[in-house]
Amino acid sequence: MAPLLEVKDLSVTFDTEDGRVQAVDKVSYTVESGKALGIVGESGSGKSVSSLTVMGLTRFFSNAIISGEVLFEGRDLLKASDDEIRNLRGNEISMIFQDPLSSLHPFYTIGDQLTEAIRAHRKVSRAQAMDRAVEMLGLVGIPEPRKRVAGYPHEFSGGMRQRVMIAMGLINDPKLLIADEPTTALDVTVQAQILDLLERLQRELDTAIVLITHDLGVVAEVADEIAVMYAGRVVERGQKDAIFAKPRHPYTWGLLRSIPRLDQARGDELVPIPGRPPSLINRPHGCAFHPRCPYVQPDHMRVVPPLEPLADDAAHLVACLLPEAQRTALWNELKAGGTPEEARARAGVTSAGPPVVAEGSQAG
Amino acid sequence: MTTHLTGDNLLEARDLEMHFPLKKGILLQRQVGAVRAVDGVSFDVREGETLGIVGESGCGKSTTARLITRLLEPTGGTVTYRGRDVTHLTRRELLPLRREMQMIFQDPYSSLNPRQTVGSVIGEPFVIHGIEKNDAKRKVLVQELMEQVGLNPEHYNRLPHQFSGGQRQRIGVARAIALKPKLVIADEPVSALDVSIQAQIINLLRDLQRELGLTIVFIAHDLSVVRHMCNRVAVMYLGKIVELAEADDVFAHPRHPYTGALLSAVPVPDPQLAKAKRRQVLTGDVPSPTAPPPGCRFHTRCPKAQGRCAHEEPLLEVKDGGNLAACHFPLKAADVADTVPTAGG
Repeated sequence: MAPLLEVKDLSVTFDTEDGRVQAVDKVSYTVESGKALGIVGESGSGKSVSSLTVMGLTRFFSNAIISGEVLFEGRDLLKASDDEIRNLRGNEISMIFQDPLSSLHPFYTIGDQLTEAIRAHRKVSRAQAMDRAVEMLGLVGIPEPRKRVAGYPHEFSGGMRQRVMIAMGLINDPKLLIADEPTTALDVTVQAQILDLLERLQRELDTAIVLITHDLGVVAEVADEIAVMYAGRVVERGQKDAIFAKPRHPYTWGLLRSIPRLDQARGDELVPIPGRPPSLINRPHGCAFHPRCPYVQPDHMRVVPPLEPLADDAAHLVACLLPEAQRTALWNELKAGGTPEEARARAGVTSAGPPVVAEGSQAG
Repeated sequence: MTTHLTGDNLLEARDLEMHFPLKKGILLQRQVGAVRAVDGVSFDVREGETLGIVGESGCGKSTTARLITRLLEPTGGTVTYRGRDVTHLTRRELLPLRREMQMIFQDPYSSLNPRQTVGSVIGEPFVIHGIEKNDAKRKVLVQELMEQVGLNPEHYNRLPHQFSGGQRQRIGVARAIALKPKLVIADEPVSALDVSIQAQIINLLRDLQRELGLTIVFIAHDLSVVRHMCNRVAVMYLGKIVELAEADDVFAHPRHPYTGALLSAVPVPDPQLAKAKRRQVLTGDVPSPTAPPPGCRFHTRCPKAQGRCAHEEPLLEVKDGGNLAACHFPLKAADVADTVPTAGG
């Protein structure tokens, strides 16, 4: 069976006054019904733009150049007309955004906004739509939904607004839900409520979820598959367990080692990734991560690494020019607590000098 | 509470209260209530330590920070800094105090004046306190500071927009340590930064603390970061401290049910552990601080609440394991064994 969503070689560039921004560069991934894909990356990694493009939300920018394929149930959404996209959006594919306050209209009641979402796609009476709205609010855990449906956004707390957004996203039983940092603006206990809700939806309604986040903890709890993005490209992709147990890209290592973790002994020094994410206008040549990579070799500055499967796991793809055996050795050293320098020495990886960009040497 | 403490206290807060008045009417305003942002908080900051204050939005942690730095004047209670009551000092009397207490703010984008060069931002404390009025000498001092926090001293004349978020936070750190303060209050210093940059700033703060012998009050909502940074941790809920203990004790055996719920809610970046762990989900929302629930403020959402909790307010007392917790029915090891990843460790 074909997957629900298949993104093939998706590229998005924006022409701006400052130059051409390559926001997304040949990104491919698939999502199946009832599964969750976690897209992990930092600001400017292209994780949001790629999803906005799937929703057809970047096509109206006159300076956007989009190529590749976005196959939803086999149909290429990039070739679909605006009307066709509008019929899908909020209906079969829906999206929830990071900031629930700015995504709700302050002048209309929650009920007005929820029923509009239904009546835009279904021929139902106002009363029927309202019943559905109340049902959805109950489903996402809003107390006294019959009463709260008449309330305005400002009368809801941040966590409740985000639940309203989720209710709106799910009101037409979408097959695919794209959640862009759905819990980033929320407190941890509210985040736990929302993650619980997402898992339940996936289980009970067979909804496919694309979860965009910078939080490795969130993907570890919710996702089935993970794609790690850096500077517009997918640098590592695979099943969640494989990515966490044997990550094979230096950027993924950097992410995993730079966060303090509750599941590990306290007091170990964090190992930050030196430098900062690159500008998407002047992306570094070759591997975009090379200026920050402790294991960089001379040819990495010229050759763009292809995203290739590992020898022993065809579902685990990595874009790195270091030989696989060396990367395995490096990660084993890092996992044992070694610094990147120690790992390099023990794994026999030669040094091409220290990473080129130090924080502070280049502003802009 | 003092029985629990040893060593020298740099700062002592006692029964600190901040009730923001709620007013009605345009001309003749009358007070109709109060937001009890901080409502009877007592703690000590010991010399050289890092004290973490954690809690969710609206719990009063940032207001507490502004009270102990006297950016706000408390409506009740006292703040004692090095043995001196500073609760109601005037602006002028506070000036020498400001030299010793500095703040680092959350948002490096809005805490820097966009029209002011970096050199002038970092050099301003020297001007305000009349320490170095000579421009050339001040420039040398500022450039040393820039070097110390990992900024390129050549960027002395650049404007904030020419720096990334991480670099801006370094500017904020340089400004805070310029006068060699004793106490630095960092209010969510890394939460606006990208993951790979957070570690750079965390390591910088730890290094500076060692070099300069700083005492840090670290305010954050991210429990993993707090555990990494802090010696002791205070957990706040709705204007009160509900638990206070050594960081290891808080994470190994939380005693207050709210602490337990917070720890359980933190997602762990380990799929195996995530699967094994039971996520404890609190129901409902934090009640409004204008009308906090009677008795224990957490009883409306507490899984262990009983009749007594609704009318009798628990005191912050020493519980099993040495944690101070304000709870009638504190958690036991078995309560958190499968919900808190750090339990028992």
